[in-house]
Amino acid sequence: MLHTVNKSPFERTALQSCLGHALDGASVLLFEDGVYGALKGTGVSGEVAEAMGRVKFYVLGPDLRARGLREDRLIDGIQVVGYDGFVDLVTSHDNVQAWL
Amino acid sequence: MSEIKKFMYVNRKAPYGTIYALESLEVVLIGAAFDQDVSLAFLDDGVFQLTKDQDTSGIGMKNFSPTYAALGDYDVTKIYVEKESLEERGLTLDDLQHLTYEDEDDDWAEKDSIRLVTREELARIMDEQDVLLSF
Amino acid sequence: MALEVNGKVIETDEEGYLANINDWTPEVAEAMAKADGVDLTENHWEVINFLREYYDEYQIAPAVRVLTKAIGKKLGKEKGNSKYLYELFPYGPAKQACKYAGLPKPTGCV
Repeated sequence: MLHTVNKSPFERTALQSCLGHALDGASVLLFEDGVYGALKGTGVSGEVAEAMGRVKFYVLGPDLRARGLREDRLIDGIQVVGYDGFVDLVTSHDNVQAWL
Repeated sequence: MSEIKKFMYVNRKAPYGTIYALESLEVVLIGAAFDQDVSLAFLDDGVFQLTKDQDTSGIGMKNFSPTYAALGDYDVTKIYVEKESLEERGLTLDDLQHLTYEDEDDDWAEKDSIRLVTREELARIMDEQDVLLSF
Repeated sequence: MALEVNGKVIETDEEGYLANINDWTPEVAEAMAKADGVDLTENHWEVINFLREYYDEYQIAPAVRVLTKAIGKKLGKEKGNSKYLYELFPYGPAKQACKYAGLPKPTGCV
């Protein structure tokens, strides 16, 4: 299953709910304001890093760059994808849960 | 003429994901035509508005971050950034744009607009305002 | 509305501002001025070019107060005042000069 999160983890609980419901082997794509959840050294990066052992994280590159965030700010192991990668993720998973 | 009031724009939202940040900036620019004592506060996700090197070419939205550098021209010279909000997001002042203004009363010397304040200091500054505009 | 420049049709809004800033060329400014019965002089161009540089840096068309102050700083006191700017652009320096410069109407202008 693919989970998508487009809300800031500092303002909403979408990311926390997502992580609470993502089973082992699931994929999580962070985009729009959700990309802030991919940053290291923040109040939520511990939670994300912990989930990385069982869930694969992706982040949308154009949304990172729009917000002035470079790849070296990301938690190690999070993969940056473009819009084509977003589409590939959607088509390669059986279903998608959008945590709005 | 009415007396000068203290107006503070309180910015708490990240840019691009919602329209709040851009709306606030536009209201600040329009409101600058009225001679008031204006300040801006950036706290919570609002601190993300000021990150440098924003490049929106990949998301099809206007990059309005260069406009913050024009605030000095509009006599908006007090920009408070909350320290705790930066820290919770893994940011430091170095990650933000360097915003300045020219001080008319000091031979146009270039001065920093951004003032780093603690949550408690900001709470007190907010308490001193006549009007808070919330975004 | 639209404007025809060198046989090319350029889209504008109902007040004559360019719909797309990238359509601007000096010929566009000339055509707009001609339609208003204005002959663009070097003094006009100084202001138009200044506005284009300002927009390029800050992504906004400056308010008239900001424009006046900045022109004064860049081109000298004798040009940084409303009298001089209104003589050049009688419909309002910010409004009219921004239009010729291909910029949107200044934020806050009604």
